[in-house]
Amino acid sequence: MDMLLEDGNFSIYLRGFLQTIELSAISAVLALLLGALLAAFRVSPVPVLRVFGTTWVTVFRNTPLTLLFFAVVFGLPRLDVHLDNFTFAVIALSAYTGSFVCEVLRSGINTVPLGQAEAARSLGMGFGQTLGLVVLPQAARTVLTPMSSIFIALPRNAAVAGAFNVAEMFSVQKVLTEKGYAIIPIFLWVAMAYLVLSFSISGLFRFLEKRLAVVR
Amino acid sequence: MSSATASVLYDAPGPRARVRYRILGALALLGIAGLIWYAYSSLNEAGQFSPEMWEPFQYKKVQERLLDGVVSTLQAFGLAALFSLVLGVLLAVGRYADNAVIRTCCTAFTEFFRAMPLLIMIFALYQTVFSREPMWALVIGLTLYNGSVQAEILRGGINALPSGQSEAAYALGMRKSQVLLTILLPQAVRAMLPAMIGQLVVTLKDTSLGYIITYPELLYVGKLIASTTSTPEGYPYIPVVLVVTPIYVGMCLLLTALATWLEARARRGANRRTPAAA
Repeated sequence: MDMLLEDGNFSIYLRGFLQTIELSAISAVLALLLGALLAAFRVSPVPVLRVFGTTWVTVFRNTPLTLLFFAVVFGLPRLDVHLDNFTFAVIALSAYTGSFVCEVLRSGINTVPLGQAEAARSLGMGFGQTLGLVVLPQAARTVLTPMSSIFIALPRNAAVAGAFNVAEMFSVQKVLTEKGYAIIPIFLWVAMAYLVLSFSISGLFRFLEKRLAVVR
Repeated sequence: MSSATASVLYDAPGPRARVRYRILGALALLGIAGLIWYAYSSLNEAGQFSPEMWEPFQYKKVQERLLDGVVSTLQAFGLAALFSLVLGVLLAVGRYADNAVIRTCCTAFTEFFRAMPLLIMIFALYQTVFSREPMWALVIGLTLYNGSVQAEILRGGINALPSGQSEAAYALGMRKSQVLLTILLPQAVRAMLPAMIGQLVVTLKDTSLGYIITYPELLYVGKLIASTTSTPEGYPYIPVVLVVTPIYVGMCLLLTALATWLEARARRGANRRTPAAA
C-alpha cells in the first residue's frame, strides 16, 4: 500500500483527484444551468420549445456517455473546433448530465402546489417570473434527494474522461498500472478517492436538505 | 399537458397571449432551424457529407460488422441484465437476513459497488483476470454495479409495502424466508418494475464502456470502421457517430417502451381485483 509514496506517484494521484473534482464541479454548474433551461422549455406555453426540449432530453438521456465523449473528442476536431481534452470532457459531461437535471426539475415542478403559481399569476407575474422566482426555487428544494444521486454519479461518470486523455482518477489507475504496480492496491487507492468524493457530496446534500427542506 | 389550456404556470391564453405565443413559437422555430442549418452547413463545409465518407456503409462487410457490434452489445447486455437481476434479489434478501454478518456484508457490498465508477471496476477486472476475455470483465463489472442498484430499488419496494402484508403472512405461520420470497418480493418487483427497467436502460448504455477495454461492441466497431477508412476529407468519424447514435437511442427507447407497456398492464391488473377495504 505504500506505493503512493514512491517515485512521484503521489503527485500523479493528487493531480488526478483534483482534476476529477474540477471536472465534476464545472460540469455540475453547467449541467444545472442547461437542465434549468431545458426544464423551462419543456413546461413553456410555446409548443415549439416544448417539442425541442423533449427531443433534446430524449436523445441525450438515451445516448451512452462513452458515445457522447467519442462524438465530442473525435467529431468536433473534424469541424475545426480545437479545444483541449478537459474542455471536451466538460462539454460531454454537462450535456449528458443536463438532461437528467431537466427531468428531475420537471418532476419537481409538478410537486409545487397549484396555489403558489396561481398567487404569482394573480400578482401579474408572467411565465418567466412565475417559473424563475416562485416555482423553480421551490421545485429545486423538493427534488434535492434525486438531484443528489445525479451529482453523486457525476464524478463516477467523469471517469470516462480518463479514457479520453484527461488526467483524472481513471487515468491515474491506468498510468500506475502501466508503471507495473499491482492492480489491487491501485484499485483500493482509487476506490478510496471515490468513496471520499461520494460521501462528501452526499453529506453536502444532506446538509442542504436539512437547511432547505420545504415545510408544507 | 395539451396546448391552449392552462397549466400550473400559465393561464389558458387569451387572444392576445395566443398571438404572442405564436410569434414566440415562430421565432423559436427560426432559431432552431438556424441552429440545424448551421450544424448542417458546417458539417457540409468540413466535407462530412461527401459521398466517399458514406461509401463504406454501403458495403456488406461493413454492415455486417456493425450488426456484429449490435449483437455483441446485446449479448453483453443480456448476460449483465440477467446476472444483475439475480444479484439484486440476493443482495436485497440478504439485507433482511437474521444473521448480522450476512446483513453487514450485503450492505457493505451494495454501498461499495454503488459508489465505485463502473469503468474503474471493469478496467481492474480486465487487467487482473480477464485480459483475454474483455466481455467477462464488462459483464461482471456491469453485474456488480447494476446488481447493487437493483438491490436498492427492490429494498425500496419492500419497504414501501404496507406492514399488514408481512404481518398477515406471519400470522398464517409462514417462515421469514417464505414471507420474503412469496409475499414481499413479488409485490416489490411489481411496484418497482418501471424503476428496474430504467436501470436496465442504464445497463444497456453502459455496455459501451466495453469500447475502452477493446470489447468489440457497437461503439468499438464504429471506431474501427472510422479509423480504417481513409477518404480525401479525412476519417469518417462523424458519419459513424451519426449512424451509431440512432441505433443506441432506438435500443434504449425500445426498452423504455417495454417498461411503459408493462406498467400499463400492471395497472390494468390491479384494477381487475376487488379494491381493498380502507
